[in-house]
Amino acid sequence: MSATPAAGSTTAHVLLGLLAAGPRHGYELKRAHDERLPRAKPLAYGQVYATLGRLQRDGLVTAVGQDQAGGPERTSYALTPAGRAQLDSWLERIETPAPYVTSTLLAKVAVALLVADADKARTYLVAQRRAHVERLRELTAVKTAPGADLGAVIAADFAIVHLDADLRWLQTTLERVANTHGEVRS
Amino acid sequence: MILQARGLVRSYGATPALRGVTLGLAEGEILAVTGPSGCGKSTLIHCLAGILRPDAGEVLYLGQRVDTLSEAARSKLRRGAFGVLFQFGQLVAELTAAENVALPLMLAGTGRREARTAALSWLERLGVAELADQRPGEVSGGQQQRVALARALVTEPRVLFADEPTGALDTLAGEQVLGHLVRLAREQGTTVVLVTHEPRIAGYADRELTLRDGVIDATGMGLTDKAVGA
Repeated sequence: MSATPAAGSTTAHVLLGLLAAGPRHGYELKRAHDERLPRAKPLAYGQVYATLGRLQRDGLVTAVGQDQAGGPERTSYALTPAGRAQLDSWLERIETPAPYVTSTLLAKVAVALLVADADKARTYLVAQRRAHVERLRELTAVKTAPGADLGAVIAADFAIVHLDADLRWLQTTLERVANTHGEVRS
Repeated sequence: MILQARGLVRSYGATPALRGVTLGLAEGEILAVTGPSGCGKSTLIHCLAGILRPDAGEVLYLGQRVDTLSEAARSKLRRGAFGVLFQFGQLVAELTAAENVALPLMLAGTGRREARTAALSWLERLGVAELADQRPGEVSGGQQQRVALARALVTEPRVLFADEPTGALDTLAGEQVLGHLVRLAREQGTTVVLVTHEPRIAGYADRELTLRDGVIDATGMGLTDKAVGA
């Protein structure tokens, strides 16, 4: 088994988030992941089990039982207190606003809705929005600076339109959360 | 504080548009007012600029009440200390670009020749000097908006009110107008209130204030302070 910390990846945190609702086995986790993040690349079973193995090694999940209901034997996993702490710390960490953060943002927000209480999820979203707005302002200053060259301007443009899209999505998400939090959690 | 609002309330019939807005602008500051459609941001800028009278609350410019002034006195303020830029449709179709820009000066009593010289200089600063003798219908939307900006700035206002100034323009034309607006405001030390619903446009401002349902939303996301532990 590799020595890579399991908690380094988005997938590992999404699995921790899915386990926050109660113990599940690998097949259920894969299905829940693909349902929850439909645009993300579907998880391969191999990746689910490899990630669970690393999480177990690091004490973030624990095997809680075997289930053999008419099929092959399956191990259920549960979140440990250390796993929950790791998950909370990930959820609270602001993503660096950059052109490609969107998919991590989506994963984080989807998990936040799943496991966090509403206030906590909102606090995170508000803080993330601030970081985005600040970065947007910095990039606008770069491109409007006297003497900015075309290369700098188009690079800033590229980042700005992506941040703008993230911000619109964050806003819409907040509005949806305000209206339907109970439904999303179920 | 160059401009202040205290407890502004304004309704249209039974529909409240502003439900108690308090804010202050420092001299030379560029403030973006954002929020979803119908949140009250246009009503706010109209009250601040003295175009609309609030039902309750006060607007102060350099410590003096604006909202209690007569219509004539408020018009005078808008021809001098205040500049106003809307989304579109503010140029007089029958006048050339130079005549449109000269108009506020002439209304304030400046002679025709002097007003034209000032107008040409502002058109030049906005990169549209070659359009001086064209009518609004003969130039593009972005060019019209630059002429409108020249007209809003020709009186060298202390405060510029811009209500979705790029809302009718494509991205690049909108950016050019905003780039000019921000650059000139900084050069002149003009205070700007910029109403927009676009995060990208709000990025041009020093500070952002979000309205929601007629009140200031401190989180920018439709939450109360209590909900985010702020």
